[in-house]
Amino acid sequence: MGFAESAVMNTVTTPVSKPVISKKLDGFFSDVYDLFKFVTQFFKDAFAPPYEFKETIRQCYIVGYKSLPLVTVTAFITGMVFTDHSRPPLADFGASSWLPSFTGIAIIKALAPLITSLICAGKVGSRMGAELGSMKVSEQIDAMEVSAVDPYRFLVVTRVIATTFMIPLLVICSAMIGLMGSFINVYSHEQTSFNLFFYEAFSKIGYAEITSTIIRSIVFGFTIGIIGCYKGFTTTKGTEGVGKAANSAVVLIMLWIFIEEIVLVNFFNPFYYE
Amino acid sequence: MKQNDHNKEAVVSIKGVYKSFEDKDVLKGVDLEVNKEENVVVMGRSGSGKSVLIKIIIGLLKPDKGVVKVFGKEMHKLSKNELIELRLKIGFLFQQNALYDSMTVRENIEFPLIRNKREISRDEVNKTVDDVLDAVGLGDTADQLPSELSGGQEKRIAIARALVLKPQLILYDEPTAGLDPITSVEINELIKEVRNRYNTGSIIITHDLVCAKQTGDRIFMLVDGKFVRHGDFEEVFETDDKRIKGFYEYNFIQ
Repeated sequence: MGFAESAVMNTVTTPVSKPVISKKLDGFFSDVYDLFKFVTQFFKDAFAPPYEFKETIRQCYIVGYKSLPLVTVTAFITGMVFTDHSRPPLADFGASSWLPSFTGIAIIKALAPLITSLICAGKVGSRMGAELGSMKVSEQIDAMEVSAVDPYRFLVVTRVIATTFMIPLLVICSAMIGLMGSFINVYSHEQTSFNLFFYEAFSKIGYAEITSTIIRSIVFGFTIGIIGCYKGFTTTKGTEGVGKAANSAVVLIMLWIFIEEIVLVNFFNPFYYE
Repeated sequence: MKQNDHNKEAVVSIKGVYKSFEDKDVLKGVDLEVNKEENVVVMGRSGSGKSVLIKIIIGLLKPDKGVVKVFGKEMHKLSKNELIELRLKIGFLFQQNALYDSMTVRENIEFPLIRNKREISRDEVNKTVDDVLDAVGLGDTADQLPSELSGGQEKRIAIARALVLKPQLILYDEPTAGLDPITSVEINELIKEVRNRYNTGSIIITHDLVCAKQTGDRIFMLVDGKFVRHGDFEEVFETDDKRIKGFYEYNFIQ
């Protein structure tokens, strides 16, 4: 039985006379339960054959390579603008020379993972929600199922693996481009050399910071893939439903990314400052 | 061909199936048996539960009550792998064809084949795809996208995809819906030809009387969630039951 079907079955058992708030609560918990089942299914299917290597590589290309221009431009502008905004307050304290290390910490620890993930939530998450949603309403997912192909394995596992691997790579790329943007800004104002800028930028960055950034990026990547696919896979009500799936995928992914950011930053903080 | 000409081995056996959605009862105790190499037509008005029934048979929906056996196995008690194994023997034609719109015709047809027979060589895949394309008379469309095909061609490609795993049973959901009368007759001929060439049993869901008459060995009339009459075409429609007579007359006036 598919997830959409299980959702239907849940509705069947809901008494008609329930108050609105109770119905909404039922719906919320039913959604949470379905999402939990959806995530569990991923871990069951991802490590068991048959593997869809070709489709996974195709998805990696779409998620990674096709998102690269947008991530690059955004990271470069973010690096430049952040440096511009940070200069006056640091100058007030006579600490302009801290600018490279300050931007290094901000970009590597916070801006690169968060901004890249939020951009990919919009670009990749909405695409997955809409693509799988339209496949669902046009019965293409059912067509896979009846032709003895597991649609979850082909559509979901491949996409989630792609986002989980590609988002960290995009974050690394975004961090480097962001630092380049920052360097160009610093160079144009303070004439700091390339070597000195990057030496300073990485002076406050250790293995703990880099590990934290990569682990957070992996979590964000997984979140983008799994929620984008979940929303698409559980789409109902035709074209209107497809629009809703794409929209709610982006909203839910962004919300989850912020929640995960708070939890993970607090988890990793003791490691930086030991 | 009459029912008693067919092999009596039942490939589908349905007993007392009920299904509701929210507060709407769609199926209210349906019984049906389909024999090997037999074409059974299920007729009824839109919303009478025909498509729900066929989706229950293939395991896309679960009945609230009742038993559905396909090739002797109880469909809704099978594990995921057993269900996949069983579905290799069943082809399914969707009402809207459900072709994968990002894939070419060839990729659409080979999709189930290369995923279910992983050891198969590229040459064998190409040969099998060419064979089924020839069987549906569209050998020259292999590199086209579904969006470049007409409604009738899409239907034929969907039938080719259903045939590629050489199923023993094919389920057709409204095979002539949305097609002009001439193309509909061609599709009906194709359904008969598929049965003769591949020795498949079929369940054909339709509200098209011409399709029912042309393709069906036995016809079941579904009214208000129950089968009210069954037999060959003449037997079913030789009745004073207004629900069936009205359906017949309206269909031919149309």
